[in-house]
Amino acid sequence: MRVAGKGLIDRARPVTFRFDGTSYSGFAGDSLASALLANGVKLMGRSFKYHRPRGVLTAGSEEPNALVSVRDTPNVRATVQELYEGLAATSQNRWPSLRHDLMAVNDLASPFLGAGFYYKTFMWPRPFWESLYEPLIRRAAGLGKLPPSHEERPFEKAFAFCDLLVVGSGPTGLMAALTAARAGVDVILAEEDALFGGRLNGEAMEIGGQPAVAWVAGVVAELAAMPNVRLMPRTTVTGAYDGGTWSALERVGHHLAAPVADLPVECFWRIVAQRTVLAAGAIERPLAFPNNDRPGIMVASAVRTYLHRYGVVPGATVALFGNNDDAHRTARDLAAAGVKIAAVIDSRADARRPEGADYPVYMGGQVVGTEGRLGLTALRVAHGGAEQVVYADALAMSGGWNPTLHLSCHLGARPVWNTELAAFLPAEAAVPGMLAAGAANGVFSTAGCLADGARAARWALEGLGMAMPDVAVPAAEDAPYVLTPLWQVPGKGRAWLDFQNDVTVKDVVLAAQEGFASVELMKRYTTQGMAPDQGKSSNVAALAVLADATGRGIAETGTTTFRPPFAPTSIAALGAGGRGMGFAPQRFMTSHRATLERGAPMIEAGLWYRPSTFPKPGEKSWVESCNREVALVRNAVGVADVSTLGKIDIQGPDAAKFLDFVYTNTFSTLKVGRVRYGLMLREDGHVLDDGTAARLGDTHFLMTTTTAAAGLVMRHLEFVHQAHCPGLAVRFISVTEHWAQFAVAGPLARQLLNTVLDAPVRDADFPYMACGKVMVQGIAGRLFRISFSGEQAYELAVPARYGEALFRDLVARAETIDGGPYGMEALNVLRIEKGFITHAEIHGRTTAFDIGMAKMVASKDCIGKAAAARPGLNGEAREQLVGLKPVNPRQTIGAGAHLFTQGQAPVRENDQGYVTSVCWSPTLASHLALAFLKNGRARQGETIRLVDHLRAVDVPCIVTDPVFLDPEGRRARG
Amino acid sequence: MAELIAKGPLSGQAPVVTAAGTLSEMPLGPMTSLQPFAGKLAVLSKALKKAHGVGFPGPGQSLSANGVSVIWAGREQAFLLGATADPSLATLAAVTDQSDGWAVMLLQGPKGAAALARLCPLDLRPGSFPVGQVARSQLQHVPALIQRTAAGFQIMVFRSMARTAWHELETALTMVSAREVR
Repeated sequence: MRVAGKGLIDRARPVTFRFDGTSYSGFAGDSLASALLANGVKLMGRSFKYHRPRGVLTAGSEEPNALVSVRDTPNVRATVQELYEGLAATSQNRWPSLRHDLMAVNDLASPFLGAGFYYKTFMWPRPFWESLYEPLIRRAAGLGKLPPSHEERPFEKAFAFCDLLVVGSGPTGLMAALTAARAGVDVILAEEDALFGGRLNGEAMEIGGQPAVAWVAGVVAELAAMPNVRLMPRTTVTGAYDGGTWSALERVGHHLAAPVADLPVECFWRIVAQRTVLAAGAIERPLAFPNNDRPGIMVASAVRTYLHRYGVVPGATVALFGNNDDAHRTARDLAAAGVKIAAVIDSRADARRPEGADYPVYMGGQVVGTEGRLGLTALRVAHGGAEQVVYADALAMSGGWNPTLHLSCHLGARPVWNTELAAFLPAEAAVPGMLAAGAANGVFSTAGCLADGARAARWALEGLGMAMPDVAVPAAEDAPYVLTPLWQVPGKGRAWLDFQNDVTVKDVVLAAQEGFASVELMKRYTTQGMAPDQGKSSNVAALAVLADATGRGIAETGTTTFRPPFAPTSIAALGAGGRGMGFAPQRFMTSHRATLERGAPMIEAGLWYRPSTFPKPGEKSWVESCNREVALVRNAVGVADVSTLGKIDIQGPDAAKFLDFVYTNTFSTLKVGRVRYGLMLREDGHVLDDGTAARLGDTHFLMTTTTAAAGLVMRHLEFVHQAHCPGLAVRFISVTEHWAQFAVAGPLARQLLNTVLDAPVRDADFPYMACGKVMVQGIAGRLFRISFSGEQAYELAVPARYGEALFRDLVARAETIDGGPYGMEALNVLRIEKGFITHAEIHGRTTAFDIGMAKMVASKDCIGKAAAARPGLNGEAREQLVGLKPVNPRQTIGAGAHLFTQGQAPVRENDQGYVTSVCWSPTLASHLALAFLKNGRARQGETIRLVDHLRAVDVPCIVTDPVFLDPEGRRARG
Repeated sequence: MAELIAKGPLSGQAPVVTAAGTLSEMPLGPMTSLQPFAGKLAVLSKALKKAHGVGFPGPGQSLSANGVSVIWAGREQAFLLGATADPSLATLAAVTDQSDGWAVMLLQGPKGAAALARLCPLDLRPGSFPVGQVARSQLQHVPALIQRTAAGFQIMVFRSMARTAWHELETALTMVSAREVR
């Protein structure tokens, strides 16, 4: 219910929202949790395993209980979700409704469902685990449900840089940010809340003689006006990484009533900071007493936050239970607001009794039980040897504070136990360049935090080489933190530790009893701390219980560590921009548009998009189109865009020498104006790539690579030059993108070519493997007489801006003489007919010997030569490149099939080789294959058995030379 | 005889104008890669200065005068823009025409840096990446050569990836703009 006159909410702006279909009203500035509490709704969820009715436990991001679904997003913390007009939230993990959840039968079975239950029960029969038990268990348990559809809303990722990153904007963070900002350094202040101020928004206190929230407003206004400061509200720093890099999740659109077009829902930041101040505050611990999980029971700091920030109290009569002074402070605040205090139960018998309390105070008392199924109604208090019932519909508990040190663990540091504070503190230098300060470092008074914030700024500025500005630390409350640890209250009934994963004191004790006494084993046995909240509220208490059960101290017991992300992070944010075509860049040739206009289906070749065929009307399959395109190249002329092949411009006095070193064969002997085929080996002697190199000038070469290996070859050349021969005067650069290059192939190639060239070429002046400059309709281009089809063929290159025009022109002219464009499928058939290799053959495990090019390894030295001469890389035992023709030429064969000697069983032990490329050759009216066969070159003429175990193909084939067509090469020279 | 029509990498894409900034395609001018041969860097720089009025820039730097600029593009590599390279340079360096290999885009406006920070992991603060600074980096997955000029960010990508780069920048600019107009 609301308390008049309290809170930072805007009472002039009422907001209507719905929860499980029921309409309620709240105010701008409310969280979903505060608005529900204001409407008297305490029951907000069901627990993970036992389906226990649960209410909100906290007022912050650590909330384990109040998880709801909003806009199809499951597990939204009601404490974090800001209220907006029309918000519709639904509860989770219940059926048919939140009040009547049939799965709550699990709670009745709880004596059997303790820690380790699944492991013990579902052991047998073994195969049932995966097929039956696990799916059933997963269906019964769990939190919210993911929607089945893709996330279609916009998300984004971004980078940010600063000198100082301040994580958290409580008194520590604000003081650190203000001090550093005034010194002039670039500051990013990240605050997970929508409001800056941290705990100051949830307390009634003064700073520097003015209300704390006014001080916060003043500081934030000053920071907002400074150009060197970036304020990032709603931004949770989620992870610490190497090099001062931090991940952060910004909630950009979750609080808006109407989606703004193109506004991201969330932004995933990578922030690089020279220095970081961890001022993330602390999280209040619940107390583990029997049935401590009823709706209406929450941590004391949350009750103060609801009162001071939202003007809401969780009940008409509130009881308090604590082991430190915060319970009394909460009672004072509530009483001052006119709320009835049922009792204050302080577990410390020896602490000072508060003065002026006009409500019952039980020093040395404990809450030993509670009543109320869907909401707290009463508690049983043990005090002075007797038990009594206290009636209250809300209970605020305080078990002390845990510094929010999670980020300090992300690079492997373990927190250090501090006995005096009964808490873990961040390890010294846990993250290079980061300092923990304020409550995150165990400083719990406001004055202490302000001073520690200034100290942290001084540390950061010193590290940045900047002078400390004159910033006064304002006066504030400086109460000492007096606490006597209370880790568990004995009594009948379960006492919850991990509310989110339903882990109780009994479970932890059981783990210890059953031998899972190490903290890491206990965690996995009980699932303590393994829910989305990572045990933020519960881990320390669970460790204390484990320490007690094993008779060790907490320091010796140790702690589990925390990993990124600090808060749940949606995959949509992590992968923003990467869906669909965002996965990788698309590379388009200059002929792309013209190709699409012809209805060509595109296939991906690396990042490039290339046409598979250019279908004609009436063609029923790609095979028909392919056969026609092969025929037009063999009989007339075809045009193909080959711009995707890598083109590397190599210049320098030592260019030829360099090529001699990277290619197996010799290029220094190549004449200017001529092209030579070249083979390139890796350092381990296997084939890296093949291609041609054209000598454009005495000291100027143009190397071509395969499309797939263009980047690889460039890297290889850089490596060889820098690592092996830095003294050679040679430089190279990719010109792949500068030139659009088209293959013109077929008996009519020269005829077609001469219609576009300003000066016609003749066979005599421009023989096979010649190259040179040409003018193409007034544009300076390059011509290479090379052939990947075996036909009379040229490749014509022009600057890319003219690529589309030239492609359209060539194709149109080709069509007038029964030619046309051809695609990748035809290109593949043409090269298989000629026995030309691609990366299907030079796949990384083959040598020059294997592909029949041992003679191309010249007498000079080259990269890979020595390694290629190793035993085992040559000889009869090697699988060698051969051609295969099925005995029945119409019988289909497939790549990937294996070869077996006739009469031998087709099993692994008898394997003789494998098929790398296949095609139907319309030219030879036969299926053809390229394959690697043991000692294959000596086995030509042998009939071998081709078995494709996957496709149930078993075909006798004749071993042939890999060159099926025109082995003398007459066509290319025509 | 027909004439071949020249087409830019983005085929005259209309600028994207948003509250956060503007993205536009820059016209194709002459662009030449200069890679000095071993030991020729200083001589080349002098020859460049004589021929084009600007020397050879250090790593991450660019130099410009009278509409001609030389921008660093990699290890002992720079691109000459705004002028056709003097033929005499070819004795000192590998001189390669790159005019058609790149798409050049200009990202301008108050939130241009914010939009670029959606895609590019460079520290773009003016103190770290001032006017004239150049870096090889990336736009999401697209390799890019990025320069801060007085007009804004000049972003160069391989021609074949121009459309992806444009799409990425347009998306980033639109999303940053949505925060501005909200």
